[in-house]
Amino acid sequence: MEQSQEEFAIRVRDLVVGFGRQTVLDQLSLNVRKGEILGLVGASGGGKSVLMRTIIGLIPRRSGTIEVMGHEIGGRTQGAATTWGILFQQGALFSSLTVRQNVQFPLRENLVLSQELMDEIAIAKLEMVGLRAQDADKYPAELSGGMTKRVALARALALDPPILFLDEPTSGLDPIAAGDFDALIGTLQKTLGLTVFMVTHDLASLTTVCDRVAALADGKIVAIGPMRELLQSEHPWVRAYFHGKRSQMLQHEMR
Amino acid sequence: MNSEPLLLTTPSGDVLKLRPEGSWTAANVTTLETLSRSVGADVDRSRAVTLDMSGVSALDTLGAWVLEKLSRRAASSGRSAEFVGVADHFSGLMDEVRQVNRHTPAPAAAPNPVLLRLGDLGKSTVGAREDITIFLQMLGALFMAVGGVLRRPRSLRLTSLVYQLYRIGWQAIPIVVLITFLIGAIIAQQGFFHFRRFGAESYTVDMVGILVLRELGVLIVAIMVAGRSGSAYTAELGSMKMREEIDALSTMGLDPVHVLILPRVAALVIALPILAFIGSIAALYGGGLVAQFYGGMAPAIYIARLHEAISVTHFEVGILKAPFMALVIGIVACSEGLRVKGSAESLGRQTTTSVVKSIFLVIVLDGLFAIFFASIGM
Repeated sequence: MEQSQEEFAIRVRDLVVGFGRQTVLDQLSLNVRKGEILGLVGASGGGKSVLMRTIIGLIPRRSGTIEVMGHEIGGRTQGAATTWGILFQQGALFSSLTVRQNVQFPLRENLVLSQELMDEIAIAKLEMVGLRAQDADKYPAELSGGMTKRVALARALALDPPILFLDEPTSGLDPIAAGDFDALIGTLQKTLGLTVFMVTHDLASLTTVCDRVAALADGKIVAIGPMRELLQSEHPWVRAYFHGKRSQMLQHEMR
Repeated sequence: MNSEPLLLTTPSGDVLKLRPEGSWTAANVTTLETLSRSVGADVDRSRAVTLDMSGVSALDTLGAWVLEKLSRRAASSGRSAEFVGVADHFSGLMDEVRQVNRHTPAPAAAPNPVLLRLGDLGKSTVGAREDITIFLQMLGALFMAVGGVLRRPRSLRLTSLVYQLYRIGWQAIPIVVLITFLIGAIIAQQGFFHFRRFGAESYTVDMVGILVLRELGVLIVAIMVAGRSGSAYTAELGSMKMREEIDALSTMGLDPVHVLILPRVAALVIALPILAFIGSIAALYGGGLVAQFYGGMAPAIYIARLHEAISVTHFEVGILKAPFMALVIGIVACSEGLRVKGSAESLGRQTTTSVVKSIFLVIVLDGLFAIFFASIGM
């Protein structure tokens, strides 16, 4: 037991989440190991984002337990920003703040440090995600889609959290930018020793950066393991997902 | 896991040995800043600096940067600085940090404050001209749309018009009635209170009647409509603009002025005179109640005095202004809505501008009408 607590960054047990009469997640259990990149796939509207939002405490749950880094998560967590960083699908940058201020925001709110150091850290983070110092004084409205995602990533990583949640990080990016972004996440994960929980539909991301892939169907995790194992899975939905026409074509070309 | 960070210094000849220990992480940032500042002078004095990293138990970007900054400070004036004993799992991070903050762009030179003021003045002058142009463009576009509807009456968006009428007319009635009722009551109370000194209490009725019908009824209602419905129009059209709904309409070959703006402005032009009428009646009623309970004037006398004091001309002067005010409010609200850019902040700014500008223009228009009616003897 002691061993397993050390090993897992996120442990979800028998989670039930629903809205009104509808049950979205039904007795779902999932373990995320420390230092891995876990990809989560599932049908649109099947509860992937709901699962992510429940773990980070944005959606109340009906029953079940969630442990993050060995601590059980209650309702709203204190000091959440130091535990995890979240990259929202649309970036969710604060539109009234510049890029620099956006990245500094978690630092300013959680720590006491000098403005000089804060500026340096913000620029350092921006450069780590592949932006230039010149971009720091732009407003979110002036950024392209790819840049918005990078700034959002820099903000999510501002406090060096051990866990990073990504909600469809490559959606809306062209294949080159998406590939770069995947590579960036891989590099940062290695450099900072992050645990990454990634909701994605991008088959290329799943094959290239994810250590394990979990498939969510009918409110449960129906298959979990490295991409190779998932391709062998007999579950009908997983087969349909990975062996559909689109996926076949992609995998064929990748070989 | 989280142990207090330390920075041990051992000077040996010209070489300064620094040995950081404990967790160099963001959680201890205050201590880290103090530590790095305290050795700053020593670093400047020594010829070479060695940073022995073997004692560090935890490291994140912030801690790595503080150490990297110390080594850069040492290296900056031609002296040597090196890291030794970097643990394997920290080496990636240390390498990464070594790359960053190399090219700090020169801060933009502070502009001359006088020039800045002058620039602002020039910009606002150009902006004012642009505002007038946009207003006239919108007016022209609306007339074109009205012309189109007159040629093909079936092209009028009747459903939309009725819905807007319901929203900005029918749903506004309770609040309009309440506020104008109170205004009428307050004016009457003030009249009785002050006119009593001259024994001219009965003239209160003249004052309430003329003031409400000619000016206050329509003005108060127009200001309320600008705040209530004008802001709603700006916010609606603005968020449609942000979500590219208006572009989508245009690409389908539909004119946004025809589909979105004409029904809204037309609804305002129809609803405002009606609201102004209802408001004026409510104000007169409020005045009447005060006359009865505060001024001791029987309702029959109040109505008889009102009969003598006001004529249809007063009512006409008030109500004639309403459609023009509605047109101004509608045009300002819609054109400000279309000027919204991508950000949420811009939506808020444009909505504020819309309300402020339409209230200002309504009052200016009221003044112009006062001059006009005085000169034609109404």
